[in-house]
Amino acid sequence: MAHVVGTSARRKEGPEKLSGHARYVDDYRIPGCLHGVTVRAPIARGRILGIARDPAFDWDGVVIATAEDIPGPNVVTLIEPDQPLLAAGEVRHAQEPVALVAHADRSRAYQAAAHLKVEYESLQPVIDPAQSEQVFKSFLIERGDVVAGLAAGDLVVEGTYTVPHQEHAYIENNAAAAWFEADGTLVVLASMQCPYYVHKALKPLFDLPAHKVRIVQAVTGGGFGGKEEYPNMIAGHAALLAKKAGRPVKIVYDRHEDMLATTKRHPARIRHRTAVKRDGTLVAQDVDVLMDGGAYLTLSPVVLSRGTLHATGPYDCPNVRIRSRVVATHTPPNGAFRGFGAPQTLFAAELHMERIAEAIGADPVALRRKNLVREGSTLAVGQVLRESVGALQALDECAKRSGFRDKRREYARWNWRKDQPTWKGIGLAVVHHGSGFTGSGETHLASRAAVALTREGAIVVLAASTEFGQGTNTMFSQVTADTLGLPYDWITVETPDTSKVPDSGPTVASRTCMVVGRLVRQAALDLKAALVAEHGRVPHTRAHLREAALTLCGDAAERRFEREYEKPSGMAWDDATYRGDAYEAYSYAAVAVDLEIDKATWEVTVHRVTSVQDIGTTVNPLLAEGQVIGGTAQALGYALLESPVYKDGVMLNAQLTNYVIPTSLDTPEMDVAFVPAPYSNGPFGAKGVGELPMDGPPPAVAAAVHDATGLWITDLPILPERLARAERERKAPRNRK
Amino acid sequence: MKRLSLRVNGTLQRYDGPPFTRLIDVLREDWGLTGTKEGCGEGECGACTVLLDGKPVNSCLIPVCHAAGRKVQTVEALGTPGKLAALQEAFLTEGGAQCGICTPGMLMTAWAYVKKGGSDDPGAIRRELAGNLCRCTGYQHIVNSVASAVRKQRRSRAAKRR
Ligand code: FES
Ligand code: FES
Repeated sequence: MAHVVGTSARRKEGPEKLSGHARYVDDYRIPGCLHGVTVRAPIARGRILGIARDPAFDWDGVVIATAEDIPGPNVVTLIEPDQPLLAAGEVRHAQEPVALVAHADRSRAYQAAAHLKVEYESLQPVIDPAQSEQVFKSFLIERGDVVAGLAAGDLVVEGTYTVPHQEHAYIENNAAAAWFEADGTLVVLASMQCPYYVHKALKPLFDLPAHKVRIVQAVTGGGFGGKEEYPNMIAGHAALLAKKAGRPVKIVYDRHEDMLATTKRHPARIRHRTAVKRDGTLVAQDVDVLMDGGAYLTLSPVVLSRGTLHATGPYDCPNVRIRSRVVATHTPPNGAFRGFGAPQTLFAAELHMERIAEAIGADPVALRRKNLVREGSTLAVGQVLRESVGALQALDECAKRSGFRDKRREYARWNWRKDQPTWKGIGLAVVHHGSGFTGSGETHLASRAAVALTREGAIVVLAASTEFGQGTNTMFSQVTADTLGLPYDWITVETPDTSKVPDSGPTVASRTCMVVGRLVRQAALDLKAALVAEHGRVPHTRAHLREAALTLCGDAAERRFEREYEKPSGMAWDDATYRGDAYEAYSYAAVAVDLEIDKATWEVTVHRVTSVQDIGTTVNPLLAEGQVIGGTAQALGYALLESPVYKDGVMLNAQLTNYVIPTSLDTPEMDVAFVPAPYSNGPFGAKGVGELPMDGPPPAVAAAVHDATGLWITDLPILPERLARAERERKAPRNRK
Repeated sequence: MKRLSLRVNGTLQRYDGPPFTRLIDVLREDWGLTGTKEGCGEGECGACTVLLDGKPVNSCLIPVCHAAGRKVQTVEALGTPGKLAALQEAFLTEGGAQCGICTPGMLMTAWAYVKKGGSDDPGAIRRELAGNLCRCTGYQHIVNSVASAVRKQRRSRAAKRR
């Protein structure tokens, strides 16, 4: 049997998506369904004095739900019970949901929402995180003695970096449909990443036992973290209206509402103080991180955790102190977004490395080579990297493929000539990204996944891990096929539906391939063992497999082999001290960005991105490359284009017209390569890939901008106006002389 | 109300609702052609792209009366899951679809481009696709898909001429 792991097997659900047959939430025609609309607060902070219907409006056929209609506690369950499903009494951010209306006619529903009059008393909001007095979570991580270390270097380099909100801009907005079956079972069909998160949130809200709540993932048009926790909210709203109406209700946000009201990447301010020797050896890294969590805690502690654990960059430094905190503001809650805190802190860490290189006159590649982690290195949390560390290989390959050093010389000559219309620059960055949940997170999750053989001889993967573009279905099928030695086409993947699949944990944190893929492989090994025990081998024809299925299934419709997460031996983590093996394994990437800047308009054109990664074994090169290119494009948007504008806690440019994401013309050619350092506990040696490509490009862009112009732009995004201002400021002191 | 008729994917369809209803709503809600997607409703994303007399247009910006008497083609005019058209095959082989929500619109723009004999030059393809946003792929695999479809069509036309 030819191996399928390592080949670009065709996307499992590709034909349905390509023919328009794949059904997203809004494509379902549900008989008797009403359209739900959310009434949202226009102010950032205040008290709700009353909700009244406009007597002049025709309320016939309109269903209204408020907090009073919620059967259970008015809480969206996540980490802390602080966020209400509908604001009651107090409003803590603009666009907070206050009431819900539904009508059979969509435009009537919108009209009704506009005629529901909510009276507020405004209070003074806290918008600036630096002014906030409410800390959601803080961390302190120390290694060695940072105070002594700062005094022991030849020089200390300091820098402050800021990054803004970022909008996910999945092309399918958040959407959910809900109804109650005759037996009282609540069914939700939604665009989502984590069916069991929604399951967990809806049980208490509706005071239902686990078996009376069924969550089904519809085909999902992109997530990037934006459909990690938010679906709890919209599903709760649809279900509440469905309960009140006694009919199915569908809520589909339009783009404006989705951008105004749903989560964003956490904005952050990061300060670095680094002591370094003249020869480039890092002596001490002192990092301070401040993130803006928004009005409710949601996932902020874990976003901060990942940001903190990645804050030094992938370097081995003997003296480290990282202090971090995420605070509350009266703005819409920030949440999960591809990279989950790491793109923020790695932007700072890697751009800071460039400034260190400049300060000591070192070559940026050589400086990194000297300090990069390798096998045997120790991280700030005390984790010793025992295997699968491809950071150096990635850097060397990236420097070679991009022609980094030659380009630096060539561009220096170009930029020296004053008559050229542009500046050119190349910059690079090296990043790491931990695969899976942090520390003991995977142990607490205790994820399960299964492989089943049905009476009809079908092999079905059962997992709650969702497909939203990354290639979950394809990867699971490849792993199962090769484990059994059977053709890829024989494997099917069950729809994530909580009434059918076990809880495999959320589809986040670059964990689906390494963690859940490993469970699927173990379950497939169990099936294989059962087949071998029964038949001496795995049957290689459909007919033989059907025969084997009959004996293995006995009287049942299927025989299921299920596995639960087990911590790899030798892995240790202490939640109390926050020390130990923070992640099972890390993936690594080195990224070079080659760009040109127009001297008249300050417009930045990226010509080429070279991205080399160690993600362990590449299960599916085409899909992995797709993740890298797609993530890099999002990261380039974050670096150069995406500029959310806020006033009084409200996003002003909540439209794709003025919140600009990269088009095909803004996105350059990319050269993607893999330098696999297989991980012994990953399925066939695989690690995570989903988030890694978000981390490296922004600092590489900023480094290239500096190479081109000599300007350090430490705040994202690097818009032409920001460049022009930096240039004016650079010239200003000289002018005054 | 005046009855409108349109030729949709080769079939004559009649419509007698409000004439300024958006074409996308009539396609999806009246005729069940849910392959066409809505991403923004304001002409920015191109997810709703259909062909009107062979040219790509945003169906979220067009009132149905504007399409009266004209030819409309949607993704459903291409192949089915069991029998994909060559362009769809190219997207499958080259990784042109990830989450798939932008895909029907992309396919429509690409289809018009391939039909009019567009070149396989990546720059030309990128210019053509600039009105269709994709947040998943970073475009490169979509560009490769279209280029591969162009080359395939060229080969089959050359073979026919021989
Ligand atoms: S939905 Fe028509 S352009 Fe976005
Ligand atoms: S494939 Fe997801 S938006 Fe294009």
